[in-house]
Amino acid sequence: MTAQALLSQLVQVALALALAPLLVGWVNQCRAWLSNRSAPPLTLPYRTIRKLFMKDAVVATRASPLFRLTPYVVFGAMCCAAAIVPSLATDLPFGVAADAIALVGLFALARVFIALAAMDIGTAFGTLGARREMFVGFLAEPALLMVLFTASLISGSTSLPSIVDTLAHRELAIYPSLAFAGVAFTMVSLAENARIPVDNPATHLELTMIHEAMLLEYSARHLALIEWASALKLFNYSCIGLALFFPFGIAQGSDDWLAIALAVPVLVAKLAAGGFALALIETASAKMRIFRAPEFLGTAFLLAVLAMLVHLLLGS
Amino acid sequence: MNVLPLYAQLINLFAALLLLLAFAMLAQRRVLTLINLFAAQGLSLAASTAVVAFGTGQAHLYWSAGLTLVLKVLLLPWILHRLIRKLDVKWDIERLINVPATMLIGIVVVVFAFNLAVPISQLASTVTRSTLGIAMACVMLSFLMMITRRKAIPQVIGFLSMENGLFFAATSATYGMPMVVELGIALDVLVGVLILGVFFFQIREQFDSLDLRHLEKLKEGE
Repeated sequence: MTAQALLSQLVQVALALALAPLLVGWVNQCRAWLSNRSAPPLTLPYRTIRKLFMKDAVVATRASPLFRLTPYVVFGAMCCAAAIVPSLATDLPFGVAADAIALVGLFALARVFIALAAMDIGTAFGTLGARREMFVGFLAEPALLMVLFTASLISGSTSLPSIVDTLAHRELAIYPSLAFAGVAFTMVSLAENARIPVDNPATHLELTMIHEAMLLEYSARHLALIEWASALKLFNYSCIGLALFFPFGIAQGSDDWLAIALAVPVLVAKLAAGGFALALIETASAKMRIFRAPEFLGTAFLLAVLAMLVHLLLGS
Repeated sequence: MNVLPLYAQLINLFAALLLLLAFAMLAQRRVLTLINLFAAQGLSLAASTAVVAFGTGQAHLYWSAGLTLVLKVLLLPWILHRLIRKLDVKWDIERLINVPATMLIGIVVVVFAFNLAVPISQLASTVTRSTLGIAMACVMLSFLMMITRRKAIPQVIGFLSMENGLFFAATSATYGMPMVVELGIALDVLVGVLILGVFFFQIREQFDSLDLRHLEKLKEGE
């Protein structure tokens, strides 16, 4: 481990923290354009976070320490995930600490804590949201694992940086298994990030909320951290998707500063395209009933398993 | 990692598409979309046959690709579209029980088919031998579709898609059947659909619906 590798690791996490709210702002802007509304400014998520940090926190009288602790745990888990996912360079000192399966575990940790905190206060909506979140989560997780297993099988390793290294260096060929896995991953990301076919991030109707229902009791800095963490989650998922299925432009090794400097605009361009695609999907589809979610995620699981089986059978 | 030639990659891609479409048909509720999916499956079958013909230089496969295109992409879907319009079931939605469970059974079937095909495909020497497992999986998935459906038209589509799978199996294991056999099967399928179309009207006249559960009773008026 060199000092340079450590520095590239730090740059990557800092970039994730800085860019995550921008990505959310960009997606919101694209959604507004696509539905013919005047768009909110791109920096709105930053301002919201700043505003929330300056307010005084209000906590329910019956709240346990778990309720106060949760925003920090969730934010920490997402920062850890941002350190593992190779978004700029593949030589990550921290990447040795956790592989793709541990990454899914990190996401699960955040989910469990936020669900427990939602149940902690004992309001009806918090409990309802927590149950729905776990319901969606237990269906999405196996599909996500299967997608990562497919990528691991192709590259022969479960460590994300080496998967991306292998995928970026293979010869150009048609990989039906990767195509299936890509579609499955998109579906899982939509469900996990509370986007439209499963959940509506902009809803104010309590009965259809999933993610928002769990946050109703949070305010000020706690809410700011959770909002930032969900932006980071979207950023992380986008980066995993981009790294697995479009691994071009990611710097190999950390000795070359020029490569890392070049990887930044490439990443921003890819994220902009990905954010626009997300807004397009969200505008084109309608939110479905919560009881259709098993079918949606079942399809994602099916596609991921098919990807793995097709890879095993055809070797491509 | 050794890279296959482009045509072999394309065959693999179409094979994977065939499998995906078989699953889509398994889960599809609308009769109209089911017919369109069947046409798409026929199209990917024709495309893969044409690519095999191009890659291996087997000229007779061009004929069977053309035959598939005419019969399974144009003629049969047209007949089926006409049938559902005449039977007035165009917007029919079949209530399927538990789609995720059916999908899971489908995955088990696919694993079974792949395992079954591995020893056979090791004996074959064709470029396409590895797709034999997908062909068998398609046959079994269509079989599963026929088991889970109650209405007459989806059952017939399941039967036709089973034939698609068999055709693909023949292409991948031995570069297709002799022309006489292929023509015979094509004619059989065509006549079969025409006769089954007459059957649909008879069934509906007798029972006022196309639900095949009515055929399970032996006596009238129970």
